Amino acid sequence: MSRDFQRHMPGMERHLGRRASIFYRLHLDPVMLGLLIILCFVGLFILYSASGQSWEHVEKQAIRFALAFTVMFVFAQFDPVFFKRWSPFLFVMGVAALAGVMFFGTGAKGAQRWLQIPGLPRFQPSEFMKLVVPMMVAWYLSKRYLPPSLKSVAGALVLIMIPVFMIVKQPDLGTSILIAAAGLFVLLFAGISWKIVGAFVATLAAFAPIMWTFVMRDYQKQRVLTFLDPESDPLGSGWNIIQSKTAIGSGGWWGKGWLEGTQSQLNFLPESHTDFIIAVCAEEFGFVGVLGLLFLYLLIVLRGLHIAVKAQDSYSRLLAGSLILTFFVYVFVNIGMVSGLLPVVGVPLPLVSYGGTSVVTLMSAFGVMMSIHTHRTMISR
Amino acid sequence: MRHSQPLKDPNREKRIYAFRTVIALLVVAIMLAALIVRMYDLQVENHEHFQTLSDKNRMQLRSVSPTRGLIYDRNGVLLADNQPIFSLVVVPEQVESLEQMYLQVAAIVSLSADEITSFKRRLKRSRRPYQSVVLKSNLDETEIARVEVRRHELEGVEVQAELARYYPLAEATSHSLGYVGRINEKELKSLDVKNYSATRYVGKLGVEKFYESELHGTVGFQTVEANASNRVLRVLESVAPEPGKNLYLHLDARLQLRIMDMLKGKRAAVVAIEPSSGGVLALVSTPSYDPNLFVTGIDHASYSALRDSLDIPLFNRALRGQYPPGSTIKPIVGLGGLDVGATTKEYSIMDYGRYQLKNDKRIYRDWKRQGHGRMDLFGAIEESCDVYFYELAFNMGVDEMSRYLGFFGFGSNQSLDISEARSGILPDRDWKRAIRGLPWFPGDSLNMGIGQGFMLSTPLQLATATAVLANRGKWVAPRLLRETGDGSIVLSQRPDTGSDVELNKPENWEYIVDTMEAVMHSKKGTARGSGRKAAYRIAGKTGTAQVVGIAQGEKYDAEALAERHRDHALYIGFAPADDPKIAVAVIVENGGGGSSTAAPIGRAVFDEWLVNLPLEEGGVLDES
Repeated sequence: MSRDFQRHMPGMERHLGRRASIFYRLHLDPVMLGLLIILCFVGLFILYSASGQSWEHVEKQAIRFALAFTVMFVFAQFDPVFFKRWSPFLFVMGVAALAGVMFFGTGAKGAQRWLQIPGLPRFQPSEFMKLVVPMMVAWYLSKRYLPPSLKSVAGALVLIMIPVFMIVKQPDLGTSILIAAAGLFVLLFAGISWKIVGAFVATLAAFAPIMWTFVMRDYQKQRVLTFLDPESDPLGSGWNIIQSKTAIGSGGWWGKGWLEGTQSQLNFLPESHTDFIIAVCAEEFGFVGVLGLLFLYLLIVLRGLHIAVKAQDSYSRLLAGSLILTFFVYVFVNIGMVSGLLPVVGVPLPLVSYGGTSVVTLMSAFGVMMSIHTHRTMISR
Repeated sequence: MRHSQPLKDPNREKRIYAFRTVIALLVVAIMLAALIVRMYDLQVENHEHFQTLSDKNRMQLRSVSPTRGLIYDRNGVLLADNQPIFSLVVVPEQVESLEQMYLQVAAIVSLSADEITSFKRRLKRSRRPYQSVVLKSNLDETEIARVEVRRHELEGVEVQAELARYYPLAEATSHSLGYVGRINEKELKSLDVKNYSATRYVGKLGVEKFYESELHGTVGFQTVEANASNRVLRVLESVAPEPGKNLYLHLDARLQLRIMDMLKGKRAAVVAIEPSSGGVLALVSTPSYDPNLFVTGIDHASYSALRDSLDIPLFNRALRGQYPPGSTIKPIVGLGGLDVGATTKEYSIMDYGRYQLKNDKRIYRDWKRQGHGRMDLFGAIEESCDVYFYELAFNMGVDEMSRYLGFFGFGSNQSLDISEARSGILPDRDWKRAIRGLPWFPGDSLNMGIGQGFMLSTPLQLATATAVLANRGKWVAPRLLRETGDGSIVLSQRPDTGSDVELNKPENWEYIVDTMEAVMHSKKGTARGSGRKAAYRIAGKTGTAQVVGIAQGEKYDAEALAERHRDHALYIGFAPADDPKIAVAVIVENGGGGSSTAAPIGRAVFDEWLVNLPLEEGGVLDES
């Protein structure tokens, strides 16, 4: 009751009234919302070309956007305190679901990623964990003294590694990297000592050969090898990266024009409407087009960091910072892999690549951020 | 919260957080910079390299095959046409399992093991990715329909149309035109790679082979934009192919067909030449075969049947059959004898049916056992007296005989555009020493004098010699091509090396022609039966050659043995005698006597050419 009272103090309404009060009442951040809508339209525009001018793809994706924005809106209505309170429960649920995937999961191409529970739509618990792992770590650390002690760091690492290893085992390298990053970002924002960061990086480097031998599957190793030398198998696994580099490079300063990209329109570029869609953008809109898209992503990241910095309690801060940085990792890993800077891991370009799961996950993360930004109290908790 | 932990300090937390956010921003900036630098490197620094790669991907230089020139006879009757045929082709890249595909196709159209084997062979040859490979040629309409209906089930299989050679007269022209067939591995190496880059067929024999370069034309090129599955989307640039030249032959399809009829059931050859030009009016060898079978590839069973037939239909008797010319060379030997003074028109002998050389016990017999009685040269040709020619040959000697026969084209392939023609054998002292390792005996000359012994000639050579006789010595080399479609007389003919026959006594030309007319029209002429009631004068000479056993001798079976030991029947002649329009050589293998079997065919050819065909032409004109 008292919290409700605080939240609806008339003075605060007046204080914030200058800024779009209607958005505030709807718990939406108009700046972020505007940027996301622009990004989605840009995405649909590129998708039309990348899918071989398929209205069907565009319509499907637009419906997913509509669904995802609804999810975002719903998430934004909850108070961050609600998320905080439920974090441990959601985490346990998520780990349980991941365990379910290990034993009863379904999937294709040798990877088990989906869980089919009778009466529920088929879903991917690992997607769910992208949101829940940073929540859990933020919950864990917000209860402790910050900057975190070595013990707290160890506790947080355990919380991160449990789901990450379960997802690596599916195997799904792309998602596990994103989840690990999301968890580690929380630690970073919490003020983890640079010494620990250094030690951690060193340990990771030392463990790399062990990962290579025992953890990574053959196809994952192949991806790394292909990344190191795509020409070694130009028609096989190197084909994708050679064709995407060709698409990007042939775009030049200004690109070949919308629907005029020969690499994508003539099907030389594989996966052109999903993971490799940035190559279509680069081919048709050139370096200038890529800069424009990167600028849009930068604005979203900046706005996200702004929300994080303005957050009123440590849980919200840590969570918002982690979510927005993870969003940027999506962008970096995707463009890095398509341009041959990183090995190929299955990470989509956020809100531009065709596909429903990542769109919903991303938009629910933005919903959480909007909730953080719009459920403010006069007194910092 | 345990008491050992210090109390939370929100302000410190906020400070740390702000600092960490700045660090995060820095890292984000660095990562963004890395992406931008990478993109700049690809899109600006190395733009041209990737532009080239991209163009290479989408643009292909494709060659377009020229349309092969058509072949017409002298009257514009089409002898070799191009017709669309439909083949079942496979793009191997689009087929998941070839074995599965064979089964699926076989369920729709008949697919023999042969066809699968040759498909696999073609599959091994080098080709560009997504280029189709022929699985089955010559689909009929039902088969096309059946494939089209089931198309969706047959990934990577499609029906493709192409132009292929079609010979409307089939058997009647195979030995003169030859045929085209699919380019084989060996030919691939010798052909101009660029000009043949889109061509599937090449001339294998006959006119098709000799005039390959004229008929083929020049390849065209297209720069096309193709997608990743090699489907052409649009043509960016093109150079049209230059179609091959049409050829007009001297051949007359009607005459050719009628001679085919005359020779039905015989192993025989007829060559007819227009003496004024040397143009081959008809070139027939029977039995024959359907050249259309060879165009898209003959199946194994049909080929074996043709190859193993006792009548060897694949053998071109007119060009490659080498027969003893028999008495048909007597007019030339006689002409030579007069010219060198080995005999005179007045000189005569008594023929008792036999001839013997001094110091030689061997008896050389006349074909007429009791002999012809008193014979001069005129009678010796008219009645084909052997004894007269034994003596003439002995007096003349091999050197002179060989020289005069050589003037008429024996012993070499004198044709301008018939490369398969064999050269026969014109023996002389050097030849015998080289081949047999023996000196020339006088007896050899006697045999040669009556066209037996070592001498061999092809029907084409006999017809050529007859044309030169008809021309009274004016040399004409046999040729098939009259002109090309653009009106130019073709360039690639071999230089005409023959020269006119210059006699010391040119008045003997008419004398020899008179003796040959007597063969046809006098009471004693050996071919008087064939000369009877002719509306024009014929000059001819019969011949009967003993079978020494030519190449196919081994294949005799018991039943056919007797028949195949009979003499070959020969005939040469031209008409009208004073204004020759046609010179003919006929050979009927194992036909028996020249006068009974070969001469009537010669007469029939003359009648067609000089009487029936002109009459029909008049008739056609009347109707129109």
